[in-house]
Amino acid sequence: MGKLNNIDNPNNINSSDTLSLEFVSEHALSIPSFKMLDASGKMYKGAMKSTMDKKTALRIYATMRFVRVLDERMLAAQRQGRISFYMQCLGEEAAVTASAAALEDKDMIFAQYREQAALAYRGFSLENFMNQNFSNEKDLGKGRQMPIHYGSKELNYMTISSPLGTQIPQATGYAYGQKLDGEGACSICYFGEGAASEGDFHAGLNMAAVHKAPVLFFARNNGYAISTPASEQFKGDGIACRGVGYGMKAIRVDGVDALAVYEAVKMARDYAVTNNEPVLIESIAYRLAAHSSSDDPSGYRSKDEEENFRENCPIARFKSYLLKQGWLDEAQDEKAKDEIRQQVLDALKTSEKIEVPALEELVTDVYEQVPPHLQRQYEQLKQHIIKYPEAYPATAARIVSNTQEAK
Amino acid sequence: MAKMNMLQAINSALSIAMEENKRSCVFGEDVGHFGGVFRATSGLQEKFGKERVFNTPLVEQGIMGFANGLAALGYTTIAEIQFADYIFPAFDQIVNETAKFRYRSGNEFNVGNLVIRTPYGGGIAGGLYHSQSPEAYFAHTPGLQLVFPRNAYQAKGLLTSCIESNDPVIFFEPKRLYRASVGEVPEEKYSIPLGKAEVVKQGSDISLLAWGAQVEIIEKAAAMAEQEGISCEIIDLRTVLPWDVETVVNSVLKTGRLIVSQEAPVTAGFASEISATIQQECFLHLESPIDRVCGLDTPYPLAHEKEYMADHLKVYEAIKRSVNY
Ligand SMILES: Cc1ncc(C[n+]2csc(CCOP(=O)(O)OP(=O)(O)O)c2C)c(N)n1
Ligand SMILES: [Mg+2]
Repeated sequence: MGKLNNIDNPNNINSSDTLSLEFVSEHALSIPSFKMLDASGKMYKGAMKSTMDKKTALRIYATMRFVRVLDERMLAAQRQGRISFYMQCLGEEAAVTASAAALEDKDMIFAQYREQAALAYRGFSLENFMNQNFSNEKDLGKGRQMPIHYGSKELNYMTISSPLGTQIPQATGYAYGQKLDGEGACSICYFGEGAASEGDFHAGLNMAAVHKAPVLFFARNNGYAISTPASEQFKGDGIACRGVGYGMKAIRVDGVDALAVYEAVKMARDYAVTNNEPVLIESIAYRLAAHSSSDDPSGYRSKDEEENFRENCPIARFKSYLLKQGWLDEAQDEKAKDEIRQQVLDALKTSEKIEVPALEELVTDVYEQVPPHLQRQYEQLKQHIIKYPEAYPATAARIVSNTQEAK
Repeated sequence: MAKMNMLQAINSALSIAMEENKRSCVFGEDVGHFGGVFRATSGLQEKFGKERVFNTPLVEQGIMGFANGLAALGYTTIAEIQFADYIFPAFDQIVNETAKFRYRSGNEFNVGNLVIRTPYGGGIAGGLYHSQSPEAYFAHTPGLQLVFPRNAYQAKGLLTSCIESNDPVIFFEPKRLYRASVGEVPEEKYSIPLGKAEVVKQGSDISLLAWGAQVEIIEKAAAMAEQEGISCEIIDLRTVLPWDVETVVNSVLKTGRLIVSQEAPVTAGFASEISATIQQECFLHLESPIDRVCGLDTPYPLAHEKEYMADHLKVYEAIKRSVNY
């Protein structure tokens, strides 16, 4: 009978019997937060020995700082009306960057939207970031999605989708395929503590455990889902405790501590790939910025609360660690920062002058080939634009000049 | 009367309903203390308390399942889905549960006290997932009512009727007009009947039909056409399901021409349903083919939003085509 025989344990439970009538407490499980660096960037006494080499450390640092500058600049650009929307990852730079650093390039990244640092770590160019934000014809996504919805096949970074939680079961399926391929790759899936309430979270984690998919579920618990505090989002102990419910390994980590995040994700990756099992990682940090450029947090939290967390800057903490290590030179660092600012500004100016995608891109990629009905709609639209060029300034000039050339 | 924008008008309708009926709840993502991402429920938690006005966890299927349960007990249940683009995780609860509650139980149970409020539509640089008009998916589901206000005044009156209706409703709020539509709105309670289209302007040459934010577009096109001496009758459908066939038929019998305009993609949109019915009812009176001016059959784009939209110029061109047929 072998595996089909469920005579012993048809309910698939693992328990002993008891004669005492009592509940298991909702607090039966309390998961500690793994740390290495204290707030001043000093190693805790008794902390585990870091395995992060100097090169990786400096790359993480450079990425975090780049993203901080990019975020500041792009939010300002949004305020000036140059782009329509933006989202910062202020306060979560270490969680996202150091987790990405613990992966291999062949590993797939499924992000939610606040993980530009993971993409930057992989080497997405400044121009690519800009072109996406300006929805111009050089945007890899062809100007179709709102700003910050990045994606790159080359860098194994799945294009962002706004509907929350949808990437979670997708990461499971993708990782299952990676297991079948047997090349030792895995997927990481980022999501917020808010998105973890979606049904897709349950589906994705349960299926990953049942089907043994090497996927790292990286929950960014940053305290808020827009205005909704984590205390109104769930009653359990954060997100990490749910791993036990699904039968997978879990770990909680201080998301402001780049060293700790790196070690936690490295261990999780090793475990996932070696055993073909998912791991749930919960990072604890604070969403310091507004939810997005459309949001004003003064309607739901106090300035005092924000100031309290502002001191807890992941970049500052990691920087003082690097200085203590003698891996970073303060003066050079300042100079580099100015250079990045200038590069970002220059790239922005270049990018905003690039044209919007050609009108054809409106109807391509709906299917692999443009079907006849859509081709017809496109031709009609083109004629319409030629008739009313002032009403469609973004595309009219090019259509009119192309049509004249054809004549 | 007071000057109100559409958000204030909606807020006023909700506030009056909650005042009148203690067995009523308003909930959804961020609707509690913060008052919703568009602030439509602003101040309601302060007025009616956290038990009746609250944030839910971020789970649309949960919101709608919870709403079905609460409504089944008889509570006036007003659930918000933050964007119509995010209603799909709740599709099963709405299509298989909400819509069929009464029928499948032989009227033992119903969720008639349920209203789902959701902002819909484009024109706000929202790209694929903050712009959709998903009414056609729901229009294919017997048991639901679909209601669209075109301005602040309509919003309050129609929402009041939705809340009082004994059948479940999805109330689609044109978010492009939330703040843009400002008008005189009575502070006291009033209602506008469901299932009734409104002839917004009489005309004799052609009938133009739309709902929600698109009414403004056909009005603009009509103004252009009038300049050329074409007299347009403008109809706001207001309730997409079940829809007011009679008002539209009477108009087309008079004008002999019809253009239906919707924001959503043209294929299998509700405009197609209307066209089919009207050609059947008015076949011998039609002077030209019924036309649909709609979104393209693509996802909702960002950079090409202007080009994609069924704007007033496209409607105007259709009017001329129809009149010169
Ligand atoms: C299915 C779905 N519902 C609602 C939204 C609207 N929305 C966008 S972000 C957000 C909050 C997400 O919070 P969280 O998951 O904690 O991520 P964070 O923004 O904190 O990084 C909401 C409700 C959405 N995008 N998708
Ligand atoms: Mg969050």
